[in-house]
Amino acid sequence: MAQIMKMVAQRFALGFLTLFVVSLIIFLGIELLPGDIAEEILGQGATPETVAAFRRELGLDVPAHIRYVEWLWNMLQGDMGRSLANKREISELIGLRFGNTLFLAVTAAAISVPLALTLGVLAALYRYSFYDRAVNVVTLSSISFPEFFVAYILIFFLAVTYPVFPSIANISDATPFWDKVYKVLLPALTLTLVVVAHMMRMTRAAIINLLASPYIEMANLKGLSRARIIVKHALPNALAPIINVVVINLAYLIVGVVVVEVVFVYPGLGQLMVDSVSKRDLPVVQASAMIFAGTYVLLNLLADILSILTNPRLLHPR
Amino acid sequence: MSEHNDKDILVRIRGLRIEGQSGDHWTEIVHGVDLDLHKGEVLGLIGESGAGKSTIGLAAMGFARDGCRITGGEILFDGTDLAKAGEDEKRKIWGARIAYVAQSAAAAFNPAHRLIDQFTEAPVQHGLSSRAQSEEEAKALFARLQLPDPDGIGLRYPHQVSGGQLQRAMTAMAMSCKPDLIIFDEPTTALDVTTQIEVLAAIRDAVEAFDTAAIYITHDLAVVAQMADRIMVLRHGNLVEEGETRAMLAAPKEDYTRDLLSVRSFRRPEHPIPAGEAPLLKVDNVTAAYGDVPVLHGVSVDIHRKRTVAIVGESGSGKSTLARVITGLLPAKSGAVSYDGEEMPLSYKQRGKDQLRRMQMIYQMPDTALNPRQRIRDVIGRPVSFYLGLTGKQLEDRVRELLTMIELDPDDYIDRLTTELSGGQKQRICIARALAAEPQLIICDEVTSALDQLVAEDILKLLQRLQDDLGLSYMFITHDLATVRAIADEVVVMYQGKVVEHGPKTEMFKPPHHDYTDLLLSSVPEMDPDWLDKLLADRAEQAKQGRVLKAADH
Repeated sequence: MAQIMKMVAQRFALGFLTLFVVSLIIFLGIELLPGDIAEEILGQGATPETVAAFRRELGLDVPAHIRYVEWLWNMLQGDMGRSLANKREISELIGLRFGNTLFLAVTAAAISVPLALTLGVLAALYRYSFYDRAVNVVTLSSISFPEFFVAYILIFFLAVTYPVFPSIANISDATPFWDKVYKVLLPALTLTLVVVAHMMRMTRAAIINLLASPYIEMANLKGLSRARIIVKHALPNALAPIINVVVINLAYLIVGVVVVEVVFVYPGLGQLMVDSVSKRDLPVVQASAMIFAGTYVLLNLLADILSILTNPRLLHPR
Repeated sequence: MSEHNDKDILVRIRGLRIEGQSGDHWTEIVHGVDLDLHKGEVLGLIGESGAGKSTIGLAAMGFARDGCRITGGEILFDGTDLAKAGEDEKRKIWGARIAYVAQSAAAAFNPAHRLIDQFTEAPVQHGLSSRAQSEEEAKALFARLQLPDPDGIGLRYPHQVSGGQLQRAMTAMAMSCKPDLIIFDEPTTALDVTTQIEVLAAIRDAVEAFDTAAIYITHDLAVVAQMADRIMVLRHGNLVEEGETRAMLAAPKEDYTRDLLSVRSFRRPEHPIPAGEAPLLKVDNVTAAYGDVPVLHGVSVDIHRKRTVAIVGESGSGKSTLARVITGLLPAKSGAVSYDGEEMPLSYKQRGKDQLRRMQMIYQMPDTALNPRQRIRDVIGRPVSFYLGLTGKQLEDRVRELLTMIELDPDDYIDRLTTELSGGQKQRICIARALAAEPQLIICDEVTSALDQLVAEDILKLLQRLQDDLGLSYMFITHDLATVRAIADEVVVMYQGKVVEHGPKTEMFKPPHHDYTDLLLSSVPEMDPDWLDKLLADRAEQAKQGRVLKAADH
């Protein structure tokens, strides 16, 4: 346990360093983009005087490094600041959107993780069979298509030809829970098709990798059933690599779903971030990036902790 | 076998043929072997690697490893032909009626589950017993096999239990369903000689107590002599000789069996130290550690010219670490290493080319010590050109000369890849590579441990001849006391990172000594079938007098 605590502390320290570096890169990246929010909002017809006045009002006349230090100082005190575009509190703006993103990610994960593990275990059990090949072909095909293409195919079949699900996932705070689930099911299915192949193939490979081990031979010679050997003897030892791939895919479900959000007009954080970049609304972009980077750090930490918990050598030292 | 009749037969194998896959084609590796095993009988299968003994042992269960297939013959187990039986039929028998004990218990126990869960699995899954009842039986069996804390040890994970204990826990697991037959596949080969005794005694006791039949597979004739009622000698997938243990040991019929029996008889007379000569290598009060873990505590060793110093001790005693310290791979924390009167820098990085040249190493695993993508010309040629600066024709001539020294025909071998050689030939190439630097001292780290006994003996004879011809000194690290008897002039016994005793060979093999030395020396199995009984009786007697000779980690 002491070991886990030490690792968690180290990871948090490194995580903060990562966040700091990310914030620097984002800040510099936005500064390097041509134009700023004043020009974006006022449009091409604005005179240089109005643009300058607007900049002064937003505080953009201050040199970049001072603005960055100010932002960092406020951030450390938990104040994300206000959006430049609409003056709303960023925490409020993002909180709602991030909640939506998480909801979609959790729904997609709840479908894809059990599905991938089951398919992977079955593929390992019936390896080189027709089932194994079929699962591989289907999952690899679905991962090979661009996300938006998968999304439109699903919309075509499940929303247009057979109108089972809505093609637009417009939810708000007021939407009841099961209604929400129903509305996000199509985007969640799209995401499932995109992530399931990775997890399924890693599960299959990690298990098959162990099948030549002496303890698997031993389990065979104890006369256990093949299913029991895979589930009880191979799977627990294959968990570490599987957990890592699952967590990377969970991170992707939270961070990398902008395209799917756009297709389904889903009010998630990714869409907000893309909009804010085009508006040069720096504080919002910064805050979103911090949340995304933080998600990665936390999920990777979670993967490492789970890997330790599933390894008796580390959990029960001699 | 007159006391047995056909009704007692448990396993009857007739004309067993097994093929192994090499590349895309199959070659026969077991050529029509017959085997009979009676109820309650212990049959020893013995042979060198490649003899097919493990393959036959597993085939007695109707099991073939990946890359092997049973192609002919019948395997009758209690009336069922396992060669033709379906997968489900065999799985009903495996674990319940025939159990298997693997060579490495550390690898054959699942690292993810507690011992008790693995013990109870077979009885519960076969529907022979409830979990609670099986747990009780586990405790009784653990006690019977003399495991410490029989009630609590089941709650541990495999990595929390020592090798010798794990091997006995595996025997207990094999007995969990009270099988009719247990296949023991080299169960003590991976253990230290001091640990082996307790495991052998426990296995024998348990097999006798439950009147279980057993097939005991090993390459060590002295071990099988203690365990088996009857022995089958195998070679290249054929039966060489079969007979009652005592009869065979007393009067072997075949030359091959005689060779196996005499393998430990090679002896070399001790070479005396010339009076007043300074040692070639002087290791003085050396301390070393891996990180914060101390491994060597004030070790001193002298090696004289043209002499062989054997460093003996069990795994973890610091033998190989001492070699790493001498060669500078692991710089000592304190102490000094002097060579020919000159103190050497402790790290190899600070040593000059000539200092490095004069001391060479040969390793335990020739497979991993040789680059599989290099030809023998390059393997041996590299040190010749690096240390001695020879090129072109001179280099080629020297490589050929070295190949001749190690008794391999240069024309045939010089352009072969190292992967195209047998284990013994690979080790010869490693010897030639060490000789290429023209050293005075060669450190041999368990160089014969990975080889079959007859091959190992040839390597020892070769090393011996090279020592006489070239005036070499050897530091010979080994856990095998038969090897020590064969070639050592001087013996250094190491235990827990310290030298507990050292002296000339002739003195070291005569008791009494330090407790650990006596434990080590007395633990080496002998061909006498009564050896284990006598040893256990002798130790029990000594224990009554307050002197306990028992491996610390047994």
